[in-house]
Amino acid sequence: MQATLRAAALAATLCLGAFGAHAVTLKISCGAVGLEFQLCKEESDAWAQKTGHEVQVINAPNDSNERLALYQQILGSGSDKIDIYQIDVVWPGLLANHLIDLKPFTKGAEKAHFPAIVANNTVGDKLVAMPWFTDAGLLFYRKDLLAKYKVAPPTTWDALAAAAKKIQDGERAAGNPKMWGFVWQGRAYEGLSCNATEWLASFGGGAIVEPNGKVSVNNANAIKALQTAAGWVGTITPKAVLNYAEEDSRGVFQSGNAVFLRNWPYVWALAHKPDSQIAGKVGVMPLPAGGSGSSGGRSAATLGGWQLSVSKYSKNAAVAADLVNYLVSAAVQKDRAIKASYNPTLPALYQDADVMAANPFMAELASTFAAAVSRPSTVTAAQYNQVSNLFWNAAHDVLSGKAKAPQAVADLDRQLNKLAPADKWN
Amino acid sequence: MTPQGTGLQRARRVQAWWLVLPTLAVLAAVAGWPLARTVFFSLTDAKLSALGTHRFVGLDNYLGPRFGDGGVLFDPEWWASVGNTLLFAASSVLLETLLGLGIALLLNHPSRLRTLLRAAVLVPWAIPTVVSARMWTWMLHDQFGILNTALVAAGLASEPLAWTADPSLSFVTIVMVDVWKTTPFMALLTLAALQMVPRDCHEAAQIDGASPWTIFTHITLPLILPAMLVAMVFRGLDALRVFDVIYVMTSNSRATRSMSVYVREQLIDFQKIGAGSAAATLLFATIAVVTLAWLLATRSRMRELD
Repeated sequence: MQATLRAAALAATLCLGAFGAHAVTLKISCGAVGLEFQLCKEESDAWAQKTGHEVQVINAPNDSNERLALYQQILGSGSDKIDIYQIDVVWPGLLANHLIDLKPFTKGAEKAHFPAIVANNTVGDKLVAMPWFTDAGLLFYRKDLLAKYKVAPPTTWDALAAAAKKIQDGERAAGNPKMWGFVWQGRAYEGLSCNATEWLASFGGGAIVEPNGKVSVNNANAIKALQTAAGWVGTITPKAVLNYAEEDSRGVFQSGNAVFLRNWPYVWALAHKPDSQIAGKVGVMPLPAGGSGSSGGRSAATLGGWQLSVSKYSKNAAVAADLVNYLVSAAVQKDRAIKASYNPTLPALYQDADVMAANPFMAELASTFAAAVSRPSTVTAAQYNQVSNLFWNAAHDVLSGKAKAPQAVADLDRQLNKLAPADKWN
Repeated sequence: MTPQGTGLQRARRVQAWWLVLPTLAVLAAVAGWPLARTVFFSLTDAKLSALGTHRFVGLDNYLGPRFGDGGVLFDPEWWASVGNTLLFAASSVLLETLLGLGIALLLNHPSRLRTLLRAAVLVPWAIPTVVSARMWTWMLHDQFGILNTALVAAGLASEPLAWTADPSLSFVTIVMVDVWKTTPFMALLTLAALQMVPRDCHEAAQIDGASPWTIFTHITLPLILPAMLVAMVFRGLDALRVFDVIYVMTSNSRATRSMSVYVREQLIDFQKIGAGSAAATLLFATIAVVTLAWLLATRSRMRELD
């Protein structure tokens, strides 16, 4: 009797052991901006169903710098709590030490993605992340309101300010006291660095730190760019924008209380959901150019986008890499583009009729996505976070009126040069 | 004193040490060791991304490698955060003490509602700060917030105020939220002190014809002051290391950055364990100095408690 029991127990243990070796539980950290979290869960579940593994989706903070801080804490302690991380386009250099090389697992699949993003995700000769979706700053506008006030979509910041003022005043007089002209992301966080990078580039004010390591922010065009943006606050932009992140600004726009919105492509799908108050009334175009034509301004969009990485502390790295391969595959990226307007990182999908039908702007704005400006993360490498923090705080001080633009960029220039004596970043 | 008495005394002293030893050991493990580690790291160039490899750099993190350049003590942002923290601690503790005293005096009136009110007043204190700070962020939101809607509807504001974004308002807002949350703590401690005040003192004064105000300033206040001073020390300590309410409501903005926010930024955002530990050590020293100064300044009053 006892022997039988023991044999049964042994058999059960063996079964469990064998089962355990095949079915593992992976933890993936996904963002929750817009539809991200819901989609990530659905896609991971689909993979789990197919493979018999289990996936737990962890909700990461929406502010990207908070997310980075959390990741750094978890990775810094060598924890295996999370297997797969969704990382920002500016992080591969910062986190490379903690991530595995995906090359042995991708079987060359990365060659189908945009080469620039793959290069960005390659640190040394390690492919530390696979591209998942790409982003560029866009200008969303209310087609109906522009038509009502007979205003053309603005191609310069000055034209935008004039149009915003006109429509804002008109709508307020017509009975919507909450109407604002232009909303964007002005909270003291990474998103402000993205917005301000666009202003600087559009005025020809450089990239804060140039690719050769030189700090370039202290110039007249950069000052002009910051002054222009500061001029919007309180006139066409609510003062509260100084504490807005992506979803706050989208909230104002989507509830019908803003004419223009600077945001990422994901807004397109949400603005066109059936329950959206502005469905069918939204247009999208490249961000306006600085200056007035002759002074050499141009339209500039900050390059964003998210990648998937596998932690080197993961106990199931090979299985995790398999999930990454699945999530970045053409089928999943196509689905994400159609359902939620996440720009694919596979050039082939831009020829796909279904994707283009759901997101007509992706084809129209192909040049915007191709010419997006990078934040200085490659050259400043491990110090990027400090550079960005100093930059967004300087911009925040100018926007809030705490500092004058010339003084703020001079201070920023001094602080950045202190970080990298003789233009050497490490 | 006989030799026997000395022996007994010594035995008692030894026994006393044995009795407090477990507490001391736990304290050393959970407070002493981390503090010592922090001080140690503040003398190294450790990075969060590679904690294993660090070298000793002396006082560079405090004074900078070339004296005055790059050290925490020469960072204007550190001093700005020290200023913010001290201003926050002083204003919030003062307001909480005054409001707490007022609420305690009201609650001290015998009434059938008292038990219920005493429980109700504790609600803000029972909510975790992160939750209440989020809640307030929504209530103060310029577009969807109930507070702005109410202010505009009542005609008190011509347009919604950007409570957490406007630098001239954000500091006041944070103090306000902190006062809302911690006044119950002060009210309860003050109420406890009020209930210790002997009733016969009041009765005697009333018979002598003293006005309620005279009774309050000459009898009640002196009797509860020592307890209030202790409560203020507790609150002050808490306020000096403020982090959550500020971080949740205004993120990394310079305008409201406290010492703890600065320390976190160095440690986590910038991965600079060395500089962050130096700032943390200075934060500890600042709190120690302020507390000692407070205890010394109020020593004569405290003694009356014994």
